Amino acid sequence: MTPVLTFTDKGIYCPAGDFFIDPWKRVDRALITHGHADHARPGMGRYLATEAALPVMSMRLGTIQAEGIRYGERRRIGDATVSFHPAGHVPGSAQIRVEVGGEIWVVSGDYKIENDGFSEPFEPVTCHSFITESTFGLPVFRWEPQAHIAAQLSRWWATNAAEVRVSFLGAYSLGKAQRLLSMLDPAQGPILTHSAIEATNDVLRAQGYALPPTQRITPETDRKAQSGAIILCPPSALGSAWAKRFGPSSEAMASGWMRLRGIRRRRGADTGFVISDHADWPGLLSAIKDTSAENIYVTHGYTDIFARHLTELGLNAAVVPTEFGGETGADAPELEGEA
Amino acid sequence: MKSFSALFSAIDATTSTTAKIAHLAAYFQSAPEPDRVWCIALFSGRRPKRAVTTTKLTEWATEAAGIAPWLFEESYAVTGDLAETIALLLPPPEGTIHLTLTEAIKEVQSLHAEEDAQRKARVLALWATLPEDQRLVFNKLLTGGFRLGVSRKLMTRALAQATGLDEATLAHRLMGAWEPASTPWDAFTEEASEDVSRPYPFALAHGLEGAPESLGAPEEWQAEWKWDGIRGQIIVRNGALHIWSRGEELMTDRFPEFAPLPDFLPNGTVLDGEIVAWDGSKPLPFAALQTRIGRKSVTKKALSEAPAHFLAYDLLETGGTDLRSAPLSRRRAKLDRLLATLPSTLPISPSPLVPFTSWESLAEARAKAREAQAEGLMLKRRESPYFIGRKKGDWWKWKLDPLTIDAVMIYAQAGHGRRANLFTDFTFAVRDGNSLVPFTKAYSGLTDAEFREITQWVRKNTLERFGPVRSVPAHHVFEIAFEGIQRSTRHKSGVALRFPRMLRWRHDKTPDQADTLAHLHELLAQYG
Repeated sequence: MTPVLTFTDKGIYCPAGDFFIDPWKRVDRALITHGHADHARPGMGRYLATEAALPVMSMRLGTIQAEGIRYGERRRIGDATVSFHPAGHVPGSAQIRVEVGGEIWVVSGDYKIENDGFSEPFEPVTCHSFITESTFGLPVFRWEPQAHIAAQLSRWWATNAAEVRVSFLGAYSLGKAQRLLSMLDPAQGPILTHSAIEATNDVLRAQGYALPPTQRITPETDRKAQSGAIILCPPSALGSAWAKRFGPSSEAMASGWMRLRGIRRRRGADTGFVISDHADWPGLLSAIKDTSAENIYVTHGYTDIFARHLTELGLNAAVVPTEFGGETGADAPELEGEA
Repeated sequence: MKSFSALFSAIDATTSTTAKIAHLAAYFQSAPEPDRVWCIALFSGRRPKRAVTTTKLTEWATEAAGIAPWLFEESYAVTGDLAETIALLLPPPEGTIHLTLTEAIKEVQSLHAEEDAQRKARVLALWATLPEDQRLVFNKLLTGGFRLGVSRKLMTRALAQATGLDEATLAHRLMGAWEPASTPWDAFTEEASEDVSRPYPFALAHGLEGAPESLGAPEEWQAEWKWDGIRGQIIVRNGALHIWSRGEELMTDRFPEFAPLPDFLPNGTVLDGEIVAWDGSKPLPFAALQTRIGRKSVTKKALSEAPAHFLAYDLLETGGTDLRSAPLSRRRAKLDRLLATLPSTLPISPSPLVPFTSWESLAEARAKAREAQAEGLMLKRRESPYFIGRKKGDWWKWKLDPLTIDAVMIYAQAGHGRRANLFTDFTFAVRDGNSLVPFTKAYSGLTDAEFREITQWVRKNTLERFGPVRSVPAHHVFEIAFEGIQRSTRHKSGVALRFPRMLRWRHDKTPDQADTLAHLHELLAQYG
């Protein structure tokens, strides 16, 4: 019997429906879990994604032939029935459920369990086989509730403002940045954004996602008059010539990798806020349990370790072949990660 | 420990020296007295002795975390720090216990007297009740490792800032044998108490880059051999002898050869010099001295095969008077006069000056350093005082160029601390017919970008894993630099290198162009 999904050198493939999920090579038909660059790539013949994910995808990929689908809506493609379910990762992100002849597989994409009050909250989907990410599939990764991080963030900002410093907060421009913005209290001071982040803000605001008022930094911005402000920027802008023109500053990174002291120090940021749009170790384990799946395919991250642990828990766990996912988890801190 | 943990986090969260000093100074001004003293102790290398083996700690933490041992190992490999791994893996605390830094250290020290079962129960109880943000510091105290980007010099500067005292005075008062548990804060802030064993802070040199011509007129300089031994201070005060290493370890009992010195040197004498193993006229290789280090009792065999000798560089105190501000030329003259009065049977002599009339003639002398068993030359300005720590300008090391060999990387291991998650520790091999013979490890010398590049490659090309070590295909050639080479029966290659490091990544070479074992043995014959 042909499996519902197979792993090919172009990505995850569904023979019954003749489509790919988050492929990295050009294919005719691509189902996309969310708009991050390693999942939504250019050059596909046709795209299918949630209606909430499409605007950002269009902004990033330009003119594409794309169709939207509502969360939970069932659609027949060939002999397969597909539906998209909230993954809680970023606005519009989805897990993709594929059913063929009563056999159900779910591709998690990237996901987190905690309701961040901004992205559509994660919903467990019962299935036979679950393809899960494992970016933080190691027991040292455990997140604090978002409210704690919001309080730390607020204190850091207030301290910097009191010491007449600009607060630079480095975060990935789709998802993490907006989540952080939603955690800030605009009464605390001006909130400025790097144009890369503000471009995404515009799109999400137009869709109805609630964000606090922000000021886009332009060449006209008076850079010496922002000492009490917080500035959200991509991680690559931290410590750059662009940032230095604002005068005395404190720099923080917001990422799950900040849980590890060595990585935080290597990044050279003063402060690290441990906040991620990926599930932590307990989150991954509870998500897998909630699917009731018997077969777990592990990809993206500490695959070997996580799969071995699942096997010891009595599950049928396998690592998706390395050419598919690789050891990206361990590499991610060196990249402009979305973690 | 709440405020000390907060200090730890604050220092950890900044790369600015000024900010680190400000945080430390604020701590010195606000913390309770015994905690302040312990803070000085921790940042000057006086850590409490490790009370529990890392094996036991690992075992207990694994149990407390409720995970499989292999999962603990994997977590450790990624985190790169045992104390941190444990702190991250323990379940959230159940209660709250408040300990001062001093109380926490007492807890750790009192573990020494306990049986294992009792130790375990106490450590587990502390883990379960200490607030989460204090676990890391507590674990660092437990494991005995306490490195945190705060040098002793930086701590001394903060102390000077907090007390308004002169940095040099404080640096001197922080030297030597004081017990944190019994030392009052006043011992540092008041006029120095009588500690007859207290050494002076060592003067250190930077390496000379380029030619010495930039130093000016040769007649303003003194040259001496740079020995490869143990830098030390010999102190004779009140008829007693104290020998200190540069790392402030008291070594008096390790070197019984020097015991007669108080009979010959006047009270109030302090000498700076190098302890070497001696063949009667010149030093033996460092490997000979190594047989004398690291063991508490000295065997007859070691005493006869590697007799210690002190090559004196400098005179820091004579007749109880601190000479450090006098010019080197005067100190050296006094040193020579003092040592000339001693019987020649004593294992002490002035480190000979290397005569030269021009920089060219000095360069010729330097080229012969290996024959003299020296690493190169030391250049010291004749007018220089004996300064504190590493300063640029008056003293320079002018070392020989290292020996080099092209070798193939065959194993890789991830680093620790800041290098966690990066492959930085490599094993290298030379060719021997069709096989590769490992001969050295090296950890340093590449740029961060190169370490990242090689890390990506190792991840994609791992052949086998042996715990944290991965074997990789013979593909990359590196030029390995080292200071010396010795015969060794402990290594398959038959050699041991001194200070090996990666000088260059030879992208232009393939493994079949790496050097051979035969070549390594030629180097051994020539320089060993």
